[in-house]
Amino acid sequence: MERTIYREIKATRPVWGMAVMLGAFIAAALGSFFYVEHYGHIVTGMNNQVVWGLPHVFAIFLIVAASGALNVASIVSVFDRTDYKPLARLSALLAMALLVGGLAVLVLDLGRPDRIIVAMTTYNFKSIFAWNIFLYTGFLGVVALYLFAQMTVGIPYSRVRKAGTLAFVWRLALTTGTGSIFGWLVARPGYDAAIMAPMFIAMSFSFGLAMFILVVTTLCRLSHRPFGDLLMLRLGRLLAIFVAAVLYFTAVRHLTNLYATEHRAFEIFTLTAGGSITTLFWLGQVFIGGLAPLMVLFHPSFGKSPKAPVVASVLVVMGAFAQLYVIVIGGQAFPMPVFPGYEVSSNFFDGAVASYSPRWPELLLGLGGLAIALFVTGLGVKILRILPTNLSDANVGLNR
Amino acid sequence: MPRLLLVFALLIAAMSPALAQERSSLLPDIPKATGAPHPEGNEYWRRNHMDLMRHDRDLTMRDGDRDVGASLKSCFDCHAATNSAGAIVTYESEQHFCRTCHDYVAVKVDCFMCHRSTPDGVDEGAAHAATLPQTRLQGADGTSIIAYLRLVGQGDTGQGIQGND
Amino acid sequence: MTDVNPDNSQKGADISRRDFLRSGAAVATATLAPGVTLIAFGGSPAEAKADAGKRWGLLIDANKCASDCSACVSACSTENGWKGNGNAETDVQWIRKITLNNTETGREVTMPMMCQHCEEPPCVDVCPTGASFKREDGIVLVDKHTCIGCRYCMMACPFKARSFVHEPVNNQKSHAPRGQGTVESCTLCVHRVDKGGVPACVEACEATGHGAIIFGDLKDPQSDIAKRLAEYQSVALRPDLDLNPGVRYSGL
Repeated sequence: MERTIYREIKATRPVWGMAVMLGAFIAAALGSFFYVEHYGHIVTGMNNQVVWGLPHVFAIFLIVAASGALNVASIVSVFDRTDYKPLARLSALLAMALLVGGLAVLVLDLGRPDRIIVAMTTYNFKSIFAWNIFLYTGFLGVVALYLFAQMTVGIPYSRVRKAGTLAFVWRLALTTGTGSIFGWLVARPGYDAAIMAPMFIAMSFSFGLAMFILVVTTLCRLSHRPFGDLLMLRLGRLLAIFVAAVLYFTAVRHLTNLYATEHRAFEIFTLTAGGSITTLFWLGQVFIGGLAPLMVLFHPSFGKSPKAPVVASVLVVMGAFAQLYVIVIGGQAFPMPVFPGYEVSSNFFDGAVASYSPRWPELLLGLGGLAIALFVTGLGVKILRILPTNLSDANVGLNR
Repeated sequence: MPRLLLVFALLIAAMSPALAQERSSLLPDIPKATGAPHPEGNEYWRRNHMDLMRHDRDLTMRDGDRDVGASLKSCFDCHAATNSAGAIVTYESEQHFCRTCHDYVAVKVDCFMCHRSTPDGVDEGAAHAATLPQTRLQGADGTSIIAYLRLVGQGDTGQGIQGND
Repeated sequence: MTDVNPDNSQKGADISRRDFLRSGAAVATATLAPGVTLIAFGGSPAEAKADAGKRWGLLIDANKCASDCSACVSACSTENGWKGNGNAETDVQWIRKITLNNTETGREVTMPMMCQHCEEPPCVDVCPTGASFKREDGIVLVDKHTCIGCRYCMMACPFKARSFVHEPVNNQKSHAPRGQGTVESCTLCVHRVDKGGVPACVEACEATGHGAIIFGDLKDPQSDIAKRLAEYQSVALRPDLDLNPGVRYSGL
């Protein structure tokens, strides 16, 4: 086994092509931002009933995936699995990049984004949102420190491990905070559940690893660096565990809601009567995001191919968007039970299921956030020594 | 000796505008206010009005104390600027009291996205519509570049919708 | 260049306008029931500040609310300068009429619904910048200087009381500044209350003769609202959330 050599990737034509494409998406997102900021949110599909829409779906996906992308590095530093060590730097970089992309979308969607300085200096510490601002920016700092520790020659490994442990604990706090944004909303039956926080942790493991697999495969292919089959299969098995965990938390959440009469109406809405929400739940979240990846990864013949984890990761990411759409928009679309036992109607959509049709500005903003994350990752891999030159099995110590 | 005399003559010529005490035309043309002047003086208010307003707005907002010295609404009792037609102008016009200085120092003012910029009773909707480029490009198509350039040539720079970017 | 008229002939009108507004307390007399007249609701202009010894609230009698009347909504919209633009999904609503139909008994009743001015407001808890806040006297407001427009309070409000301003706003009332990109809701006409007046919806309902909304100081045992709450049955909405709102309903 050779020593791992990290080297910047070369700026070949495909790399430039990728950069230009991502840059185009970023430009589109900025254009959408100026358009919405000038004319007001009336040009988006969000309204007074569904106040958080597609941008927030993208943003929460990116933030949750960010904390999960750090997982590979945490496995090395916290759980002492040295066979993943060559991947640790990319894991840290990807975590920071995804978080930056998610935050960009969140900030650009604010009603008054010019007041970001107010948001960074005035805090109401009873709000989990305010705590999240600290958790997100602190995460960037902690992971940067961790990456610095990994990349600097002469820092003893024990120090690197300490930085990694801090990053691991921080990311658990961050994901708990993100889940609690929804879990601590007493008003809505679709939220108001303590299980949201651990469910988000499970989601972060799954989404983060899926994004990591996709990004590392793409980067290795772009830079013509080998990636070992056994290593890929290992990552795939890990992904299978995490996907199963998400399915478990989903099942527990919905079964609990079904049992309680007061929450049953919301469950009937999500599971059967919600139209597009129901389709996204069963087809998107449960099948594409849960059962299909497991079927792919455990398939008797295809499951042994190194392509299986990549296919499964694509499915997981698609399912992730469906899941977050159901959580964010489904939770708002269902009417709040202000008058139990009464049929309510008004001209402000009381008692009625709210509708939401996303428009181009929101989609472009969300995609731009994803593009920012991928662009930053690509830039980091291009100018810093993040990606190992050789991730083949023999090199990583996985011999069969 | 003749060169020394020339230098002195030039110096005196250069000083004469200062001696005549004329205001430089490069400084902003601030509309005169009506009513009694602020007892603290213009310099004090120019330097501190932002802090006074920020402090008093919190008193009004959080404590309900409406008897404050720097209420934005009461500014326009004396500082309601008018245009040549005699109509009171809103923040969208460069002749607005706040705009004359704030345009000069290029400091964006955040107040008027929410607050009205004229005394109560003035219809800001009409004033807003009148500043839109379409109404000023008389007869021409709103998107016509030639018509816009003609307007610019006449010195009408067209500020458009109040600072929203 | 610019030509400014130094002689602002409106100045004389301005001073008397300010005095006129101050004298608004004099019109705070209202007849709530035969023989019961409230001269002032606990504040002369001199004590205009928010007072922790008071808690402002509303009592809405759904039995007196007429199903075809929306005077309270029109009055609020005129007073505070919000209006619909024909797009029900994004239009701002500070107060709205709700029709309730009991699914078991079939009884139908209408009533207005607005911010409930809770004692433990979820919207105040979740606001990241503290823009959503509760005054000493119980009125829950949005400080639009600090509001960043994140809409988290709208997610958290159990009564859908808050609206987001989706479009640029013009010609605001001077006592009710509001603008694009911030969140707003019923202010209990705090500009009127601080001068000893009553909210516009209460006044309008009174003027139609229905008298379905009463305003007053919940902490003053002698106030009409406190006496009524002590004598007649009333409910808080969503009592299971334990928010102790300042707005109570009877006749539901």
